[in-house]
Amino acid sequence: MPVVSPQPAVRAEGLTKSFGTIHALAGIDLLVPTGTVYGLLGPNGAGKTTAVRILTTILEPDAGLAEVLGLDVTRHPQAVRESIGLAGQYAAVDENLTGRENLRLVGRLTHLHRDHVIPRADELLERFGLSDAAQRPVRTYSGGMRRRLDLAAALVHRPPVLFLDEPTTGLDPASRNDLWRVIEELVAEGATLLLTTQYLEEADRLADRIAVIDRGHVIAEGTPTELKAGLGGTVIEITLEDPAVGGRAATLLEPFATATAGSAAGDGAVRLDGSSLDITVDDGARTVVEVLRTLDRAGIAPAGLAVREPSLDDVFLSLTGHRAEAEADDDAHPVAEDADRPVRGAA
Amino acid sequence: MTSTTLTPALPTDAPSPASATARRAPRRHAVADAVTMTWRNLLTYVRLPQLLVFSTIQPIMLVLLFRYVFGNSINLSDPSVDYVDYLMPGVFVQATVFGALGTGVGLAEDLNKGLVERFRSLPMARSAVLAGRTIADATRNAFVLVLMTGVGLLVGFRIHGGVPAYVAALALVLLFTYALSWLAATVGLGASNGEAAQAALFPLVFPLVFASSAFVDTSFMPGWLQAFANHQPVTVTIDAARNLVLGQPIGWSVVGSIAWSLGLIAVFGPLAVRRYRRAA
Repeated sequence: MPVVSPQPAVRAEGLTKSFGTIHALAGIDLLVPTGTVYGLLGPNGAGKTTAVRILTTILEPDAGLAEVLGLDVTRHPQAVRESIGLAGQYAAVDENLTGRENLRLVGRLTHLHRDHVIPRADELLERFGLSDAAQRPVRTYSGGMRRRLDLAAALVHRPPVLFLDEPTTGLDPASRNDLWRVIEELVAEGATLLLTTQYLEEADRLADRIAVIDRGHVIAEGTPTELKAGLGGTVIEITLEDPAVGGRAATLLEPFATATAGSAAGDGAVRLDGSSLDITVDDGARTVVEVLRTLDRAGIAPAGLAVREPSLDDVFLSLTGHRAEAEADDDAHPVAEDADRPVRGAA
Repeated sequence: MTSTTLTPALPTDAPSPASATARRAPRRHAVADAVTMTWRNLLTYVRLPQLLVFSTIQPIMLVLLFRYVFGNSINLSDPSVDYVDYLMPGVFVQATVFGALGTGVGLAEDLNKGLVERFRSLPMARSAVLAGRTIADATRNAFVLVLMTGVGLLVGFRIHGGVPAYVAALALVLLFTYALSWLAATVGLGASNGEAAQAALFPLVFPLVFASSAFVDTSFMPGWLQAFANHQPVTVTIDAARNLVLGQPIGWSVVGSIAWSLGLIAVFGPLAVRRYRRAA
């Protein structure tokens, strides 16, 4: 068993970064103990990627402290780079090289012993199910295969701390599940991992603790259970045949709704928007029956009904009172500031 | 700072080869890392041979065009010189100058695809990305020079100044195009992608290559153009290489070409490095 270091794997205090007049990070604090998985959850432009770039020595912060395993990222960047692996949403692998050559490249650049470069590359290809594609140029790979190779590249030099920047953004559900399984294996082996995501489901599934980031601020921090408890468990979405009865339906269903954390009593737990009515409840399966009975007794007929787990949008709505303002530019230039463009004018 | 035991959080059954090998300070890896990056960049030319084919077809077509179509109508101030012998040093410089633009295009692509970001997160020498790219492009240009020599010999080109002078001529051309690589790197690191880099560099270099002594004798150009054409670095380098190849007195052209090359490196080397540091 590894001896647990008293040093946190990642520590950030009062970290700020601005691009011109845009405050990408407006002073965030993070603490990731060794051997845990930490999720940074937020919409595009919240500052997640900027935080990861600073912690991985790619960007320098304007102010504040950033340490990896006790090493200051601005004063000892090379020592930090020895200890970290980075896999990003843009799958930074060389399209013209084969999968095997990509891993050999990283092995050589991280100065593995000459005799270990090829065995290490092959071991990772095998592990990530890429052995059959090892000799093919990466440009022939599917999106999921690229992400797996990108993750493998981050592991070549066995870094004790891993950063995964939106590891599954843009992947189809099957590839996402594949990648989650791989990440869960790493976690089971004791990896320390900081991952950013826009999906509550992903953070919930992988992370021990989550920080919710909005406009460069950490607006909530806790275990997934704590965050979801504040939200209520489930959202029941009802579509009414007659929008005119919406107000009456909302009043009738008010008692079933859970009061949400961080908002005024019951506010946001029942949301009426035209003919659609969302209710956040604790126990979805049981409450949905009660909700239907209540509506039936009142003679209100629902045209549609759906039960869903809370999404990032719900977290945001309850924490900030505004929707998660995800920007549509998923293909944004990865090196330009706008890859993680914060919302203008955030204080 | 207190020293603490850093425990790898990725335990494996077998002893880890990576941790068994003490990794040394990155400064000592500068050469090894540059070699690795050169290998990676050259591999791209092996994987995509069409890149090399397309960039050598154009100079080959120019050789054929000027040798057989225009050559007989072009006047030279020294009638004792065969036009094909006049032409080839010009083609050497033309082909490799356009090859040097690849440095800017390649760096812009690496930035655009997020590869530079990955390299910056690795414990590698920081100089290796630029060094590996410029060295790979110089290697590729050396290959192009050998190829174009072969093409020239097939269409009647002869080396009059002896082999040592010929090798010196090629070395001069390579030094000049290596210097241009740093100019291209500076432009490429400010471009959003490969096409943008190409679009920014081409109009910069086109007048240098064609308003030069590459294909025609500048003494037949209008006076105002001669003033530019005779002193700009491409002409100076072509004249130096041509004098060496033809076995003529080299005059100041060799010194002039070396001075241009060193001057370009002195200006654009630091500029490119500064842009690379800031690009991310």
